[in-house]
Amino acid sequence: MSPRGRAREGDRPPGRPPWVLVAPALVGLAFLVLPLVGLLVRAPWSTLGTRLVQGQVLEALRLSLLSATLATALCVLFGVPLAWVLARVPFPGARLVRALVTVPLVLPPVVGGVALLLVLGRRGLVGGWLDDAFGLTFPFTTAGVVLAETFVAMPFLVISVEGALRAADLRYEEAAATLGATRWTIFRRVTLPLVAPGVAAGAILCWARALGEFGATITFAGNFPGRTQTMPLAVYLALETDPQAAIVLSLVLLAVSVLVLAALRDRWVGTS
Amino acid sequence: MTAGAAGGAAEGLDARLVVRRGAFDLDLALTAAPGEVVALLGPNGAGKSTALRALAGLVATSGGHLRVDGADLRPLPSERRGIGMVFQDYLLFPHLSALDNVAFGPRCRGEGRRAARRRAAGWLERVGLAEHAASRPGALSGGQAQRVALARALAVEPRLLLLDEPLAALDAHTRLEIRAALRRHLAGFTGATVLVTHDPLDAMVLADRLVVVEDGRLVQQGTPAEVARRPRTDYVARLVGLNLYRGRAEAGTVLVGEGPETLDTVDSLDGEVFLAFAPSSVALYRTRPDGSPRNLWRARVTAVERQGDRVRVQLSGPPFPAVAEVTPAAVAELQLSEGSLIWAAVKATETHVYPA
Amino acid sequence: MRKRVPAAVAACLLPVAAAGCGDTGGSDASGGGGTLTVFAAASLTETFTALGKRFEASHPGVKVRFNFGASSTLAQQITQGAPADVFAAASPATMKTVADAGDAAGTPRVFTRNRLVIAVPKDDPGRVGAVRDLARPGLKVVLCAEQVPCGAAATKALDAAKVTVRPVSRERDVKAVLTKVRLGEADAGLVYRTDARAAAPQVKGVEFPESARAVNDYPIAEVAGAPEAALAGEFVALVLGPQGKAALTGAGFESP
Repeated sequence: MSPRGRAREGDRPPGRPPWVLVAPALVGLAFLVLPLVGLLVRAPWSTLGTRLVQGQVLEALRLSLLSATLATALCVLFGVPLAWVLARVPFPGARLVRALVTVPLVLPPVVGGVALLLVLGRRGLVGGWLDDAFGLTFPFTTAGVVLAETFVAMPFLVISVEGALRAADLRYEEAAATLGATRWTIFRRVTLPLVAPGVAAGAILCWARALGEFGATITFAGNFPGRTQTMPLAVYLALETDPQAAIVLSLVLLAVSVLVLAALRDRWVGTS
Repeated sequence: MTAGAAGGAAEGLDARLVVRRGAFDLDLALTAAPGEVVALLGPNGAGKSTALRALAGLVATSGGHLRVDGADLRPLPSERRGIGMVFQDYLLFPHLSALDNVAFGPRCRGEGRRAARRRAAGWLERVGLAEHAASRPGALSGGQAQRVALARALAVEPRLLLLDEPLAALDAHTRLEIRAALRRHLAGFTGATVLVTHDPLDAMVLADRLVVVEDGRLVQQGTPAEVARRPRTDYVARLVGLNLYRGRAEAGTVLVGEGPETLDTVDSLDGEVFLAFAPSSVALYRTRPDGSPRNLWRARVTAVERQGDRVRVQLSGPPFPAVAEVTPAAVAELQLSEGSLIWAAVKATETHVYPA
Repeated sequence: MRKRVPAAVAACLLPVAAAGCGDTGGSDASGGGGTLTVFAAASLTETFTALGKRFEASHPGVKVRFNFGASSTLAQQITQGAPADVFAAASPATMKTVADAGDAAGTPRVFTRNRLVIAVPKDDPGRVGAVRDLARPGLKVVLCAEQVPCGAAATKALDAAKVTVRPVSRERDVKAVLTKVRLGEADAGLVYRTDARAAAPQVKGVEFPESARAVNDYPIAEVAGAPEAALAGEFVALVLGPQGKAALTGAGFESP
């Protein structure tokens, strides 16, 4: 059982990786990295400091981090049970539901935002009732930002967790059942810990997607500094008049997200 | 609920398991008294694992009954059957320590965290793993994992203990020792135990009674000694290492199969019988021997394989297939190889005949 | 990529000058055909599409291709070398960035103007009758972001009206403001009169005199080094001419 006896990757004399794989891999990498290089090259480094301390940058950053985190929490809260139902409970139309879950992935986010307005807006199907009954409205509020991000990010969590659930060994759940565990106890004490890496990976994807969310957010929640203006919105508007500022904002967003993702990845997904 | 429906002393396990799934068809009556260990033995796909899973509530039954100590378990889901089960590769929860694995059952049955852990510690102590309480399953050896799994199953104080191939995941070295330990623990258990195995030796050592299942049906049951002495199917005969034939006995002669070959015996039975003899009682000759053996036939060698310090020689018919067991020296002397034609003989006194 | 090669610029400039001299506004022009590419502010979509049809009708074989979008985005594309023949912007400032980069041929000319109106949903839940109503607490007002022309114009107009508005959102463009009003999420928004008119009857436009202080000029220019310089000149002439004027006024624009 000790790792010493086991053959490690390094033990085998490595063959030369085939160029048919390496060449497209390098092209792919370059394609992903070069736009980043573009941002770095064009960044107004000399004025970076003064631009950063402008109030709106930090405000937008704070709002972005807060709303992306809350959206991720909502995604986990509702997405994990949804994934469980899709993976474990057979019901008619499951295929259709599974396809519907991925709708936010293919829907242009702006359309998603409009759709949210039609449902949760002040005159929306549900939103109208919420407004009448409780005086609750989402558009133009931070809560609206969180909702828009949740809508767009949730599929990432559901797909990731459903995959993990399908890959998990069902027999552990059987073992738990013979020990007297109810389905809820099984889910809580056996299933969830077993698929924790999948949940973590999904949550990370969710968070990253929510952080970069633009279209649904600006359409559903609008844009107001300190309340609904997240970093991507600030970047977009800065691009209108001051492309240099937009680059700075993008770099900040990028740096923060890379830092957070790298830290979380090591901790949760752990590649040991 | 319907205590005593089976009539009076309904102690232990009393079940008839009926499972129909497509072409698969299981219909098995099964009983086990408190303290008794019953081993389900059978070839792959015979339905013994399905039977065990049906007892555990992991497979739905389509008929029959299932009572343990008089309580009707059939309508209950797994988690309310109050059974203990040890799975083939133990299925210890990888994210919990050995202690928490054992405490899992008591916790599910409503015990507080501290009390459950205390109970679990007691069980780990009993299986001799007190010092491994904090270990994760990944850090345990196969034998240790099996003991944790046993402790986990027993910690819920089941009235019925189910063991699915409890020794199959172990290597040959540790197996002997673990089997002996398991036997001790089973001896101390007061409920009924049902054990599934495909290894006859495990079954012989661990079980008080063997139930042989083939194609979803019970084909033979009895104490290990009875089954070993008097196999009733080719599968069982192979398991216990005997040559088995079915035939008609008349005045000390058994007509094997459709005949015309006969084997002489010393048993005085008439009618449908089984005739068995051990491979070691088969003598092989290069040339036709003169002298006493009356059961003598010409046979072709189809396989020669070494087993420990003996060599098993497969003989094909006609008149009938058989297995002989000889010493390596004899193989050399007889120049046995696949395809060679030899003479085989069994003394009438070495055969054993019993009613079919 | 960023700058054209000077030789190419020179070569392209020649026909532009020629077209500029022979500017008769007639429909004779080069018989050949070709594709004219026009970059125009999003608010010009309907008007310019109609004018483009007319242009194609009078120039057999010629196709007019439009790229409508935010003026600032279009300006950026042009200075980055996008192959445009004509640029019509919604604000002089964006045109200036193009001209400053040396990408405008000749002096840009203001061809039309747009002014702001208050857009309200058709049932007007906020009862907005005048610009001062926009300051009422609780009224949900959306404006364009400061960074886009309609936002700057809104600020100017509201300042002129001496009304302090606390908007719930600063939208990215006029269409977004209009969407919020149309769906009833906002009680009022400031949009261009042309936009309000295009969104009728779901949206009502309320005029206010102070909007005269924030009138938006729309400049048009041929792009330096235009691949179809001759056609470009003729299209600009069409827009500036009586047919263009009529189409623009019909859509709610004002003559400069």
